[in-house]
Amino acid sequence: MPVITYREALRAAMSEEIERDPNVVLMGEEVAQFNGAYKISEGMLAKYGPKRIVDTPISEAGFIGMGVGAAMLGLRPVMELMFFSFYSVAFDQIFNNAANIRYMSGGLINCPIVIRGPANGGTNVGATHSHTPESIAAYHPGIKVVVPSNAYDAKGLMKSAIRDNDPVMFLENTILYGEACEVPDGGYLVPLGKASIMRAGTDISIIGHGRSIQLALKSADLLKAKHNINAEVVDLRSIRPLDVETILNSVKKTSRCLYVEESKPFCSVGAMVACLISDQAFDYLDAPVKRLTSIDAPAIYSPPLEKLQLPSVERIYQAALDTLK
Amino acid sequence: MTKKPSSSKKTEVTDLGYDARQAPINIKLGQDEKIALYRDMVRIRRFEERCLRSYQQGKIGGFLHLYIGQESIAVGCTSVMGKDDHIITAYRDHGHALAVGMGMNEMMAENYGKVTGCSKGKGGSMHYFDPSRNFWGGHGIVGGQIPLGTGLAYALKYKGLKGACMAFMGDGSVNQGAVHESYNLAALWSLPVVFIIENNGYSMGTSQERSSAGPSLAERAEGYGMNWTIIEDGHDVLAVRDQVGQALKLAHDKSLPSVLEIRTYRYRGHSVADPDTTYRDKAEIEAYKSTKDPLSVFQLSLLAEQTLTTELIQKIDESACAEAETSAQFAEASPYPSLEDIKKDVYWEIDNPADRKSVGALFFD
Ligand SMILES: Cc1ncc(C[n+]2csc(CCOP(=O)(O)OP(=O)(O)O)c2C)c(N)n1
Ligand SMILES: [Mg+2]
Repeated sequence: MPVITYREALRAAMSEEIERDPNVVLMGEEVAQFNGAYKISEGMLAKYGPKRIVDTPISEAGFIGMGVGAAMLGLRPVMELMFFSFYSVAFDQIFNNAANIRYMSGGLINCPIVIRGPANGGTNVGATHSHTPESIAAYHPGIKVVVPSNAYDAKGLMKSAIRDNDPVMFLENTILYGEACEVPDGGYLVPLGKASIMRAGTDISIIGHGRSIQLALKSADLLKAKHNINAEVVDLRSIRPLDVETILNSVKKTSRCLYVEESKPFCSVGAMVACLISDQAFDYLDAPVKRLTSIDAPAIYSPPLEKLQLPSVERIYQAALDTLK
Repeated sequence: MTKKPSSSKKTEVTDLGYDARQAPINIKLGQDEKIALYRDMVRIRRFEERCLRSYQQGKIGGFLHLYIGQESIAVGCTSVMGKDDHIITAYRDHGHALAVGMGMNEMMAENYGKVTGCSKGKGGSMHYFDPSRNFWGGHGIVGGQIPLGTGLAYALKYKGLKGACMAFMGDGSVNQGAVHESYNLAALWSLPVVFIIENNGYSMGTSQERSSAGPSLAERAEGYGMNWTIIEDGHDVLAVRDQVGQALKLAHDKSLPSVLEIRTYRYRGHSVADPDTTYRDKAEIEAYKSTKDPLSVFQLSLLAEQTLTTELIQKIDESACAEAETSAQFAEASPYPSLEDIKKDVYWEIDNPADRKSVGALFFD
């Protein structure tokens, strides 16, 4: 099977969908002539032309809102935010318009838009560029949220997101763009709402999403090597819809849970998952559900300090040991 | 259909007879003042060249947006600031920071992420601030600073101060809704703000024609009945002074806002990470450099009038290089923030526990 990067996987997914469906367009700042700020869309303008690959001015509220309107009339716009952090410029368009239009029209109107871009810290770009808004997005009924942690999922989820009839916020990660894994050629789909057990185990469930999963896998290796602890690592992949069943099954098996994510702790996805577990699997728990997040402050610029602010292999390892105490 | 004539004043500074040196604001400049303008531009350039080296050595993280080529604007604009005039800009902020008098040490240390930096290593290159020098940042979100600049002007008017705010943005920023909302507020409420568009021709890899409708960027002010001016000779620090001086006077005397579009050019990529290969050719950069470099042009004119000598030019250059080098050493030798520092400067009440009035948890680690 070919080994390709997360970046190439996204490009392949969008390209395949553009070829499959004439209503799919990719739009955003610098996606066409510049080949993408992070080169996700490299070569796509040359291949698909300016009708399908469209450069926009720096007008997030305007062009994201325009994508919502175009989706209402049946296009399937894939809107790139150069950094997902800029979603807040378009907040009203996303959370008032995209999220509510179907409901307020009594189901008369669909909004099959994908809003995608990198949502992560760790590259010293400072507080304004490092937001991880998955819990904010998922808070809004009407919005779907996915956060792929690897190239295989990135491709399969992107294809599903584009075909989905609801607005999907697709949160990527600049640090993962260059990470590669085996990805089949051609058209497989990863359904929204299906978690993936990345590593089976019996002693603790380390559940999470996004790049934290890549770190958690390494922490799990350490737990095994140093303490013979068998951690199960569960990648949610999709935040809303959420695979509650896989979460509960894993926790019922291990009786302990650590949730890892890059977001800040208040009302995070992990908080939601902890609540679900205490509601539906309380009797199975041997310890309170623990969470590991970024340190609760805006993203610091200082490169070595930002490393400490974010989840790391070491911090996850320690938190897992604490959960097992 | 009727076309209503606009009451706004517009100027396009393209008169062939125009000589910025003869403008009242410039004619009274002493030799030392002219040398100071020149020196400030040289200091910006040498500082940034040193930043670039540090970036290439891996000492600076994230983004580094260089101002090289645009020095005449920050220096020209800030040179006409009075005590109650304020400025705010975007992420390409090194020039403005040095021009208002911030020190290279605190700036370089900020780039290195050190606790001795102007924001204690928390903001980085894009987020310099110095309220004590009326400099309100350093902002990373395109256009996001423009409502703030409008608010600074609002506060000046509210307090009855005879000051204005210069709110800087790039040519790409004019397409943000917040900019237009600010234009309307400023015009509607007669706020003493000067919106300054540093038009370097590109927003990242997008040329002005590919991003902005309409005949010019400044002309959008017309829709709000605001004064607007295009300064073609943005490389000429004296032309910048003249026009900005007039706009500031309008703000001071009549509390009227205006939009200035200053034509300029950046020599480096959008940020240091931009390979700068998809949207312009090297010849275009060279053509500008060879005829309109703000430092060279001003240097030549000061040489011609014998304000500068070759020895003095060399001295200024050497001292700017030395100052930049010292700042790199200072940054290198400075400590990083501590782990505890991450959670300082988030809430006033946490930093001032004795005066805390609210109760309850503020952090959730
Ligand atoms: C809201 C928002 N969108 C996009 C960006 C990414 N970005 C940073 S600078 C920039 C180009 C801005 O160009 P311009 O306004 O002309 O300023 P210049 O860089 O030329 O000084 C872009 C697209 C951002 N920082 N904020
Ligand atoms: Mg520009």
